Amino acid sequence: MATEADGQSAGGLVFHPMDQFIVKPLFGDGAVGMFTFTNVALWLLLAVAAVAALMVLGTAKRATVPTRSQSVAELAYGFVYKMVEDVTGKDGLKYFPYIFTIFLFILFSNFLALIPTSFSPTSHIAITAVLGFGVFIAITALGFIKNGVSFLGLFWVTSAPLAIRPVLAIIEIISYFVRPVSHSIRLAGNLTAGHAVLKVFAGFGQIAAVSPFAVLGVVAIFGLEVLVAAIQAYVFTILTCVYLKDALHPHH
Amino acid sequence: MEGDIGNLGQYIGAGLAAMGSGLAALGVGNVAGNFLAGALRNPSAAASQTATLFIGIAFAEALGIFSFLVALLLMFAV
Repeated sequence: MATEADGQSAGGLVFHPMDQFIVKPLFGDGAVGMFTFTNVALWLLLAVAAVAALMVLGTAKRATVPTRSQSVAELAYGFVYKMVEDVTGKDGLKYFPYIFTIFLFILFSNFLALIPTSFSPTSHIAITAVLGFGVFIAITALGFIKNGVSFLGLFWVTSAPLAIRPVLAIIEIISYFVRPVSHSIRLAGNLTAGHAVLKVFAGFGQIAAVSPFAVLGVVAIFGLEVLVAAIQAYVFTILTCVYLKDALHPHH
Repeated sequence: MEGDIGNLGQYIGAGLAAMGSGLAALGVGNVAGNFLAGALRNPSAAASQTATLFIGIAFAEALGIFSFLVALLLMFAV
C-alpha cells in the first residue's frame, strides 16, 4: 500500500498490469461492436501480413543458394513438416497446410506481441478458443469421416480388463472434451501470465531503491518470453498433431 | 481497512489458487528432470523424445494455467 502511494506521488506512472489486455477501438472512443476496428484486429492483421510476407518473399526467387528470408521460410516449413510426419505418419501429411498455418499464425502473433506497446491477440481466450475449438471440431469430424463408428473405439480401451473399461470410457470421454479447453487456455494463459509479469516488473521500476533490479528483471523476463512465445506455438502445433493422430488411428 | 467480506474472500481465494502454479512447477520440473536423467543415460535416444518431453510439459503446465485462470477470474470477473 505504502509503495503504491509513493509511486503515484513520484512519477504518476502507475498502471495496472492487466490494462494492456483491454480491447479498444482504434479510431474514436465508441463502444466495441461486431465490426469495430480494434487493436486486436490491427495486430491480427499484422500477424497475417507478416506470415504472408515471409512466405511470399521467401519463395519468390526459389534460389539454389537461399537468401536469408528463404532460409527462414525453408527452416519453418521443414520443421513443421518433419513434426507432422513424425507424430501422425505419412497419411497425416495431407493436413500439413492447416497445421503449418496454425503454427505460423500463433508464432507471429506471439512474436509481434513482444514489441513494446503492442497488443498480444493470443492472450485473449476468445482468439485461442477459436483456434482450439476449430482444431477440435475439425478433428472430431475427420475421425468420424475416416473411421465411421469405429472412431468411438478411441474411448473403449481394449488393452484394459473388461471390468474397468466402462470407467475408463467415462474418463476418456471427459478428457476428450476437455482437450479444446486446455488447448486454448494453455496458450492464452501462458501469454497473459508472461505479459502481466513483464508489466509488474516494469511497475517496480518506479520505486527508486529497486529500479535497477527491476530493469534487469524486465530484460531477463523478456528473454524468457521470447522462449515462451516459440515454445507455446510449438506446443499448440504438436498437440494438434497428436489429436490428429488419434483421429486417423483411433485404436490404442 | 474498509471493505466487503466478499472482496476479502476473492483475494484469499486468488491467493490460494496461486498455489496451483507452484504445484504445476513441481510437475514440470519432474518431467524435465526425469527426461534429463534418462537422456544422460542414453543420449542417442534423447533427440527422438524431445516431442514427448514437450507434450508432457504442456499437459503438466496446463493444470497450473487453470489455477492461474481461477485466480484471474476471482480478481477481475467475479
